[in-house]
Amino acid sequence: MQFDFNSPEPIFIQVATQLEDAIFTGAFQEGAQIPSTTEISKQFKINPATVLKGMNMLVNNELLEKRRGRGTFVKQGAQEIIIKRRQEHFYNDYILNLINESKKLHLSEDDILTLVKRGYDNEQDRS
Amino acid sequence: MSKIEVRHLAKRFKFSKQPLLSEVNFTLNENEIYGLFGENGAGKSTLMSMIADYNRPSAGEVLYDGENVHENDVALSEIYFMNQDNMYPKKDKVRQIFAFVESMYEDYDVELQDKLVKEFKLDVNQKLNKLSTGYQSIVKIIISLCVPCKFVLLDEPTLGLDARNREVFQRNLIETYSENPRTFVISTHIIDEIDRIISDVILLQDGVIKMNENLEDIASKSYSISGPAEDVDSYLQGISVLEEEQLGRYKTVHFMDQLPQREVPASVDIEQMKLQKLLVYIMDRGEK
Repeated sequence: MQFDFNSPEPIFIQVATQLEDAIFTGAFQEGAQIPSTTEISKQFKINPATVLKGMNMLVNNELLEKRRGRGTFVKQGAQEIIIKRRQEHFYNDYILNLINESKKLHLSEDDILTLVKRGYDNEQDRS
Repeated sequence: MSKIEVRHLAKRFKFSKQPLLSEVNFTLNENEIYGLFGENGAGKSTLMSMIADYNRPSAGEVLYDGENVHENDVALSEIYFMNQDNMYPKKDKVRQIFAFVESMYEDYDVELQDKLVKEFKLDVNQKLNKLSTGYQSIVKIIISLCVPCKFVLLDEPTLGLDARNREVFQRNLIETYSENPRTFVISTHIIDEIDRIISDVILLQDGVIKMNENLEDIASKSYSISGPAEDVDSYLQGISVLEEEQLGRYKTVHFMDQLPQREVPASVDIEQMKLQKLLVYIMDRGEK
């Protein structure tokens, strides 16, 4: 986990994003227990209430579940939910940014399509 | 829930023209971690000492659950003040001091004390006056984390501590707070090290409270914006600027406000302003 304390994004949202990333990559497996708020707070020197707020966002999104007296666990199917949602956000998060940046670099639509094609070709060569 | 209310508090010293504190008002709620900031000589220690009734105000009052704290045993058993001065017999060994404090409080956390002694590598057989400045602070830190008080006031707790021991302090503060929530008020000049641990900011300047706000609220309206000067200026039109720096045409503007509703120019970078910077800018502006 890593936090960017210069980011304009509130810390509790960054906590939620980092936990989500860990579930997405499989670092936190479905059904497994995740570190407690205290452990995360201690490691990153973040107020425990802030960590809890971020964690509760994922509980509300059905990615984590709290088991009374035992801790917080990754829900079954959490990874699939994240993948679905990230697919929906792919256009806004990546494509629009790509177009924005390419305009600054004076790259045309065709240039970008060629680059995307090149990327896929390289990928195929490697595998 | 208990609370401490500071009302119209003032402190004047006989031979000085200006009062140190002229009109201080705020409330400390239970289970929050407050950062108390202010320049050298702003009156942070005096304010803390008056809350703990070590020192009498010239005017105003400190209330614990509605009752004045002065000579109020119920209130004072719930307020612990970690003083910069030493209150313990200098020639006593550390373990004698610990035993004394333990005898004063029924629910003193001996287990945590032993854990902290190990983590800080403190020699409890040493006499207090033989310890370095850092280790004298550590003795006081250990006591303040182990006393069973609802309100713990820490005045420059990490004075003289090396980087490793400051870490040990921060980790254990978070751990004991999570396990057993209570209120901490921490005054320090090393703002960067606690700016994510605290929940609220209290800024003392010119004898009054200049700022008393939840950290999350502050974070949602304190930004540093940089980029080409004309893009930054047109994006920030109408915003009241706290401070700006310019390097050629590259400009950085620091302000305390919501981000403008306008579209962010692609050339412009938005960052969260560090609390330390924000407080320095506010203090500088107050003096102008």
